[in-house]
Amino acid sequence: MTTATASHDDHHHGPEKGLMRWVKTTNHKDIGSLYMWFAFTMLLVGGAFAMGIRAELLQPGMQLMDPHFFNQLTTMHGLIMVFGAIMPAFVGLGNWLIPMMIGAPDMALPRMNNWSFWILPFAGGILLSTFFMEGGAPAFGWTFYAPLSTTFAPDSTDFFIFAVHLLGFSSIMGAINIIATVLNMRAPEMKLMDMPLFVWTWLITSFLLIGAMPVLAGAVTMMLTDRNFGTAFFDATGGGDPVLFQHIFWFFGHPEVYIMILPAFGVVSHIIPTFARKPLFGYSSMVYATASIAFLSYIVWAHHMFLTGMPVAGELYFMYATMLIAVPTGVKVFNWISTMWRGSMTFEAPMLWAISFVFLFTIGGFSGLMLGIVPADIQYHDTYFVVAHFHYVLVTGALWSIIAATFYWLPKWTGKMYNETLAKVHFWWAVISVNVLFFPQHFLGLAGMPRRIPDYSLQFADFNFISSIGGFAFGASFILLTYIVIDCVRNGKPTGARPWPSAKGLEWTLEPKAQYHSFSTPPSRKLIEQESQNS
Amino acid sequence: MKRLTTLLSALVAMMSTNVFAEYGLNMTEGVTSISHDIYDLHMMVFWISVVIAVVVFGAMFYSVFAHRKSKGAVASQFHESTKAELIWTIVPVIILVGMAIPASKVLIDLEDTSKAEMTIKVTGHQWKWQYDYPKEGISFISNLAQSSKDAVTGTDADREAIGNYLLEVDNHLVLPVDTSVRFLITSNDVIHAWWVPEFGVKQDANPGFINDAWAKVDEIGTYRGQCAELCGKDHGFMPIVVDVVSKADYAKWVTEQQAAAKAATDSASKTWSKAELMAQGEDVYNTNCAGCHKKDGSGMPPIFPAMKGSPIANGAAADHIGMVLHGKGGMPTFKMLGDADLAAVITYERNAFGNTGSVVQPSDVTSAR
Repeated sequence: MTTATASHDDHHHGPEKGLMRWVKTTNHKDIGSLYMWFAFTMLLVGGAFAMGIRAELLQPGMQLMDPHFFNQLTTMHGLIMVFGAIMPAFVGLGNWLIPMMIGAPDMALPRMNNWSFWILPFAGGILLSTFFMEGGAPAFGWTFYAPLSTTFAPDSTDFFIFAVHLLGFSSIMGAINIIATVLNMRAPEMKLMDMPLFVWTWLITSFLLIGAMPVLAGAVTMMLTDRNFGTAFFDATGGGDPVLFQHIFWFFGHPEVYIMILPAFGVVSHIIPTFARKPLFGYSSMVYATASIAFLSYIVWAHHMFLTGMPVAGELYFMYATMLIAVPTGVKVFNWISTMWRGSMTFEAPMLWAISFVFLFTIGGFSGLMLGIVPADIQYHDTYFVVAHFHYVLVTGALWSIIAATFYWLPKWTGKMYNETLAKVHFWWAVISVNVLFFPQHFLGLAGMPRRIPDYSLQFADFNFISSIGGFAFGASFILLTYIVIDCVRNGKPTGARPWPSAKGLEWTLEPKAQYHSFSTPPSRKLIEQESQNS
Repeated sequence: MKRLTTLLSALVAMMSTNVFAEYGLNMTEGVTSISHDIYDLHMMVFWISVVIAVVVFGAMFYSVFAHRKSKGAVASQFHESTKAELIWTIVPVIILVGMAIPASKVLIDLEDTSKAEMTIKVTGHQWKWQYDYPKEGISFISNLAQSSKDAVTGTDADREAIGNYLLEVDNHLVLPVDTSVRFLITSNDVIHAWWVPEFGVKQDANPGFINDAWAKVDEIGTYRGQCAELCGKDHGFMPIVVDVVSKADYAKWVTEQQAAAKAATDSASKTWSKAELMAQGEDVYNTNCAGCHKKDGSGMPPIFPAMKGSPIANGAAADHIGMVLHGKGGMPTFKMLGDADLAAVITYERNAFGNTGSVVQPSDVTSAR
């Protein structure tokens, strides 16, 4: 670690050159970039699987693949998007932004930071390698319900289990690092209620990760012993219960949903005030709403399991608790709209993505409320209505905020401005095609099309065709996004330190391209107050 | 003006359910009291959501259009209002309570299976449904219809010609009209879910546990559904078809089925010729086995082994019978088939595809059980 010593001696010393810079880096910006590029690569891989799925579903009949391969594609699409794309992208954003936002030089645990990233490519590689194994990749859905994933699964499932363990290590270390950074490295003059919302939402998300990921590790470990060591946790013939698996899985799975959306709430809470030229409405209620959502996320898991044969009292409780989540989520939406209200808005790319986030995520929220009503869920459950719902919250929710954040902070990351015209073209292309892709899936689900089927009866043909066309167009939009980002990095016009004049936040007080070690001296109380969202 | 009226009435006509019935835009109202209640709840929540959406998005888009810098809007600096925060916390709570009360009532009603007049046991298998009428002594398996299986890799014209592509089975479940039926739902291998949208019934079939649901259908007709829980390769190919018939027709059907069941038991006790076994075995094989092991016995190795040249099909008959009766790993049990069918299919597997195994009689299967 001679480089670490060298850079310690000279604060303006840059990173090591060449490939080893990325392998050995302990710098939060380098690691943030690695996370973001890894996530983007996985987004393209998972997207390619989605293209395969939509191509098979373009018309009735099996044209391109056999049903077993179709199931592998849906399973791997879900796993790669959740664990490979969305989660790493948010960790990448957290790495890049949190030290800059709290006036710190770097993350609290930089070597662990390096390790938690470098586990990821190996975990992803192991997961993807199962495609080439006997029996193929996991084909039991990203929720891997037992006993389909235990007694009835191919041998490659053990590699899947190992990959999930690795992903879990990585996430837990990332979460510990963020908690340690926010609580210990924050500028001494910055109180908790001075922290920007992105930092708040990530702090709360970290606690969700630490609570939820070990439960997932427990679930896959029980699967492992059921498969290989003769236990029967999930096998009724040995005194176990397959529904136990679902309880454990969703005890992880529901907080996981909020792990993927709380940082998105943070991002949008930065972008809307900037382009409305108005302070964020209800800063403290935003913080409390985030904390309430996080708390509620731990006590609603069985709303994914209304059809497993739960007692009526259980169904009633989980219905009421689920409906309650609409309240703090509603508070957030109302706060964003109040922030826009009587502002002086302009519509640069980040703002377009943020506004469409509020609109489309709320549509996903409404279908979520509908799904929470148990009797109605009997008809919605495991249909395309659910597929439409979670793609509205995960694609036009989580992914939208990641793209918004990329455009918003790209000038700070590179010191250069992206091509605004192209970014607007890309936005409209993506926002139209994504609705052509997912909106008809509501109709398909209500009309009775189950999810995860490789072929369908003829009354579903028209909407599937429309949905597939939208899917191909949406997939193609990412080619343009890739071009815009690379074009910005290479040829973008240099910007000032604060390219968005009304943006608030300590990160904008750094150099136009933020310096390699963010804050060598902590910012003053005066500066913190000036840049605070809680004005 | 006249043209506008015509256009409007055309639009209204398009919105009416008839035109869209073919595509299916909305949930079915169904044919049971539960499905009606569910539909009403669904529409209530839907319209409440629409009203909230109009208000919230209305405010947002008004702001987007009116409060823009290009129109000279000057940003005001307000950023807090305890009153507003209280209103938009309390009002949603009231709306939610308003939704929860009717939802709870329907839920409690649909979970109450105590008033059933008859019981049917539904068992999920990879990838078919088994229906048992315990009191009537009727039991049969319901597979995806051969016409649909053949059309999967066929042309669009094939799929249109056969009607109900992927929603047709060989043996329909038959129910009497106006009768409260309790379904006991379970599974033999992985988790399935038994779903008939028009009954408002969808329930997971868990291996080793029994769930229940009920339906009282008030209209004679044929109703179709599908498995709703991913259960492996052919999850999309195990539909459900229910014929709801008059009580008289139902009684007649029960008598017929009981006679057929007796004939099947009798045939299991006689000795069959190899030709008879091979002929019947081919049918049973194509219905139950060809999904994985393929019609020509080539299988889909390594997960679904080939029949052709298989060491089990060419080895000792007892091992082969044991494999089919009890399953192993991904191979499910087929013990729900009759002894004659099992003997026929085992004989077929042992002598078709160039295999050279022995002949198995129904009595061999009976003694192996």
